[in-house]
Amino acid sequence: MGIRFILMVNKQGQTRLAQYYEWLTLEERRALEGEIVRKCLARTEQQCSFVEHRNYKIVYRRYASLFFLVGVDNDENELAILEFIHLLVETMDRHFGNVCELDIMFHLEKAHFMLEEMVMNGCVVETSKSNILAPIQLMDKTS
Amino acid sequence: MALSSMRGLSVFISDVRNCPNKEQERLRVDKELGNIRTRFKNEKGLTPYEKKKYVWKMLYIYMLGYDVDFGHMEAVSLISAPKYPEKQVGYIVTSCLLNENHDFLRLAINTVRNDIIGRNETFQCLALTMVGNIGGREFAESLAADVQKLLISSSYRPLVRKKAALCLLRLYRKNPDVVNIDGWADRMAQLLDERDLGVLTSSMSLLVALVSNNHEAYWSCLPKCVRVLERLARNQDIPQEYTYYGIPSPWLQVKTMRALQYFPTIEDPNTRRSLFEVLQRILMGTDVVKNVNKNNAAHAVLFEALALVMHLDAEKEMMSQCVALLGKFISVREPNIRYLGLENMTRMLMVAEVQDIIKRHQAQIITSLKDPDISIRRRALDLLYGMCDVSNAKDIVEELLQYLSTADFAMREELSLKAAILAEKFAPDLSWYVDVILQLIDKAGDFVSDDIWFRVVQFVTNNEDLQPYAAAKAREYLDKPAIHETMVKVSSYLLGEFSHLLARRPGSSPKEIFNIIHEKLPTVSTSTIPILLSTYAKILMHTQPPDPELQNQIWAIFNKYESCIDAEIQQRAVEYFALSRKGAALMDILAEMPKFPERQSALIKKAEDAEIDTAEQSAIKLRAQQQTSNALVVTDQCYANGPSPIVPAVGPLTLVKVPSMSGSEEHTAVDQALTQSNGTLTKVDSQPPSDLLGDLLGPLAIEGPPGAAVQSEHSAVTEVEGAPSAVDVAAIVPVGEQTNSVQPIGNINERFNALCLKDSGVLYEDPYIQIGIKAEWQAQHGRLVLFLGNKNTSPLDSVQALILPPAHLKMELSLVPEIIPPRAQVQCPLEVLNLHPSRDVAVLDFSYKFGTNMVNVKLRLPAVLNKFLQPMPVSAEEFFPQWRSLSGPPLKLQEVVRGVRPLPLEEMANLFNSFRLMICPGLDPNPNNLVASATFYSESTRAMLCLIRIETDPADRTQLRMTVASGDPALTFELKEFIKEQLVSIPTAPRGPTTAPPAPPVVQPTSPAMALTDPGAMLAGLL
Repeated sequence: MGIRFILMVNKQGQTRLAQYYEWLTLEERRALEGEIVRKCLARTEQQCSFVEHRNYKIVYRRYASLFFLVGVDNDENELAILEFIHLLVETMDRHFGNVCELDIMFHLEKAHFMLEEMVMNGCVVETSKSNILAPIQLMDKTS
Repeated sequence: MALSSMRGLSVFISDVRNCPNKEQERLRVDKELGNIRTRFKNEKGLTPYEKKKYVWKMLYIYMLGYDVDFGHMEAVSLISAPKYPEKQVGYIVTSCLLNENHDFLRLAINTVRNDIIGRNETFQCLALTMVGNIGGREFAESLAADVQKLLISSSYRPLVRKKAALCLLRLYRKNPDVVNIDGWADRMAQLLDERDLGVLTSSMSLLVALVSNNHEAYWSCLPKCVRVLERLARNQDIPQEYTYYGIPSPWLQVKTMRALQYFPTIEDPNTRRSLFEVLQRILMGTDVVKNVNKNNAAHAVLFEALALVMHLDAEKEMMSQCVALLGKFISVREPNIRYLGLENMTRMLMVAEVQDIIKRHQAQIITSLKDPDISIRRRALDLLYGMCDVSNAKDIVEELLQYLSTADFAMREELSLKAAILAEKFAPDLSWYVDVILQLIDKAGDFVSDDIWFRVVQFVTNNEDLQPYAAAKAREYLDKPAIHETMVKVSSYLLGEFSHLLARRPGSSPKEIFNIIHEKLPTVSTSTIPILLSTYAKILMHTQPPDPELQNQIWAIFNKYESCIDAEIQQRAVEYFALSRKGAALMDILAEMPKFPERQSALIKKAEDAEIDTAEQSAIKLRAQQQTSNALVVTDQCYANGPSPIVPAVGPLTLVKVPSMSGSEEHTAVDQALTQSNGTLTKVDSQPPSDLLGDLLGPLAIEGPPGAAVQSEHSAVTEVEGAPSAVDVAAIVPVGEQTNSVQPIGNINERFNALCLKDSGVLYEDPYIQIGIKAEWQAQHGRLVLFLGNKNTSPLDSVQALILPPAHLKMELSLVPEIIPPRAQVQCPLEVLNLHPSRDVAVLDFSYKFGTNMVNVKLRLPAVLNKFLQPMPVSAEEFFPQWRSLSGPPLKLQEVVRGVRPLPLEEMANLFNSFRLMICPGLDPNPNNLVASATFYSESTRAMLCLIRIETDPADRTQLRMTVASGDPALTFELKEFIKEQLVSIPTAPRGPTTAPPAPPVVQPTSPAMALTDPGAMLAGLL
């Protein structure tokens, strides 16, 4: 099914956004996020961007203080996911203008709107930035 | 930074953020939850704006890890809000908070449906997204039809349709029946003509899901996928918005190549050519560039292309190119590329031809085993494990052992399991195997499961030559200080059985052995004590002449444990004490353990089981399964490179040497009783954790000698002992000589059918043997090689292979050795000469003996009519004169065939191509007709052109008119009948345990009536 979850976590390990595409209970999510944070945040820049964890593969990327972690199936194309993260960041950049952790934190709903346009049911729906942002811009205009 | 449009939400978020610790955070969150709860209770005063704000707060709180169940209803209720902002929140938050089985969702189903079929496209998008994310079975049943309509209708805009595609994917996963395959395949193919890349991206995901379940129904999508890929690769009609760092949607490229990996092969030569052109361009044209994002995106496409090339079984040249690329990748510094290089090289191992090239990179891979990054180390370990075979096992296993001492905790268990499996599978000699396992226990005892040491004991017990060596090694380890408990177990077991073989060596007298083992007793747990007690009893028995001092010492120990609280220990102590006072009787009762019957290594089985998980099917897993089934062919590659096509009678892997049976005849009766009593004792051995020794002891029950005499002997023994029988008598099941109790693995008919279309694969497999086949065809000559692979660690006897050729084939099988050594593979070339056209089938009558099992199978050989065809393109100038000159029967035959399996024309064309009948497009002006041509080769006809014309009726696909022409009446007839069979029967592999497909009837050209004449054909008819 591709993408199982997308997490945005700051370097203190606090979750700033979590979107799951398979159902996990609250306890399972907490445990999973804790394990992933422990595993990934300790890694150095010289190590690769892929970490195997349980039956997932975590593809992650760090932008300043924020980590973007995407859990995928083991046979997913890792580099495609890695660049998908960057596409997400570029899209947020276009909307917020040089996006930072606080933008995502205080505009959680916007971040969710963007994700909703980009990923559905664990699959990529849209990769054109202007198409992704169109509904948000429409809303901003009307409100 | 702009503040959120919802002020209250921003205030709350910054409050939480300012909390100095988790406790404060909890207090602040609890306060907010209390507030939200009260506000929700008095709903009257709540404006939609406030409601929306609270629902977002809830989502934020939920993300922090707090329970917000009480607010689910509020989130769901927003779905029916009339205005977009509230509705949007309702849909998004509901899909974050609820799972598909939540009752509240059912309440919303009508609203959701109204939004989906309504006219507001923004509402449609919201509803489709939520159903796509969390829709369950009920949604599938009530919404699938509407969603399909949205997806295929051109009156909706792409933004709705792309969501409908993924929504349908969800519904299909929940209930596959909602997609009606017959109608949908064509629609799906049309969707792939879509111009909008958003719709195309989602549709491609949908296609991947559909073809992964049933690729046959979606053949028509295959050329379309290739078209999409060409369009992207050539950057035709790709809007700027969809190029990423100059690369046309890398995600769609990857997805498209993934879809193509679910089709087993590409028959149509034109499609295949176009695809390979694109792939070749990707392979050769991807350079390393400075920009990280561009570089990653290009390599994402490249790695997917590599996977597709591997899947398609490309020409050797292209494969070598792939390996060369991967070889480059695994030596670069960039960690991501190195990781992926290792991962993909592991997948590449499946391609037999390139294994030797991969082996050249062994040193480089071992470097990665020591990389500071655990992700990379794991990949390197997997690759080394996969590429290990007899030729390099020693190097690789020793490298793993060395690494074990420094490996991090997280990897040790996997590492030791893998080292143990490799040592067992590929041991060049058995003493090395014993060395490896003992080292493994020594270095990582905690990670060596019981299975591993049980297996050593089995091997040592079954191989007399090995026993003194193993005993001496065990003795050496006991001298080391602080050895692991598993080492105590295995060494005391081995010394109990075999230490008498060491008697003359220094430090190995019974007394010394006893002392050194007994020293360990205070340090071991209760599960080990019973093993030590058995060892003492055995030492006592082997001490000849008896040593009174040692005897008293051991008796004292038995006495001490007679009152032990652990029932197992107590029982052994009591019984051994009683038995050891019987003098000579002890000798009989405690005699050496009988040999263990051959069985699959529990270890390997465990590893295999671990690999089969219930996750959904994926191309990779399918490939992995293919790998297992080819395991033998793969592991024995080294033979294929040897100078002689037939391996020497004894391969390097004779894990079990034939035991010398000396002395056994002298007292068979006693022996039987012995075996029995021995079984009894070991049965007792097995008690502690009930399955602990299961692997070692289970088989004894089966091996028990047959006959009631033994049964009574046994009860006589127990009566003599006067002790209550602790033996589960029912466990002793006598098994007599059996014939064909062996079940084949996989469907024999399916395998045969598959081999009629391709030239290599597995013809037959059962738990003991695998018969693979590889064929080359050249005009009327064929050269097949049968690969007979013994899957076990003991030899297969009385191997016989008899070819029953039909009258039209001259077949010569080279000598088949009577014995196939353990784990060895024997290659037997089979020469075929086609004398004249016929559809009769040759049969291989194959038998062998394994233990007491006599196995006999009769297998059809894929030396069928179409193998002697050569695709032959003809132009209109060549075709028509020929066609006209073959004016009528018997050179040109025409028949209306009914009851044809309905196939789209395109698939039928593929089918013809797969039978080496070349479709010549454009010759027939009617688009419903097909014209095909080929050259047929046989001794009697020599090279002869065959022309075929099929006229189909688009209104009724179950019937068609077929005209076949050639310069030979027999050929015309046989070819016509052959094609008819393929069209009427099911040429592709039937699923499930179907009964035999229609046997190729033996029809003489002159009398179409069934006439079973020659033995091969008769057999073939029966199969």
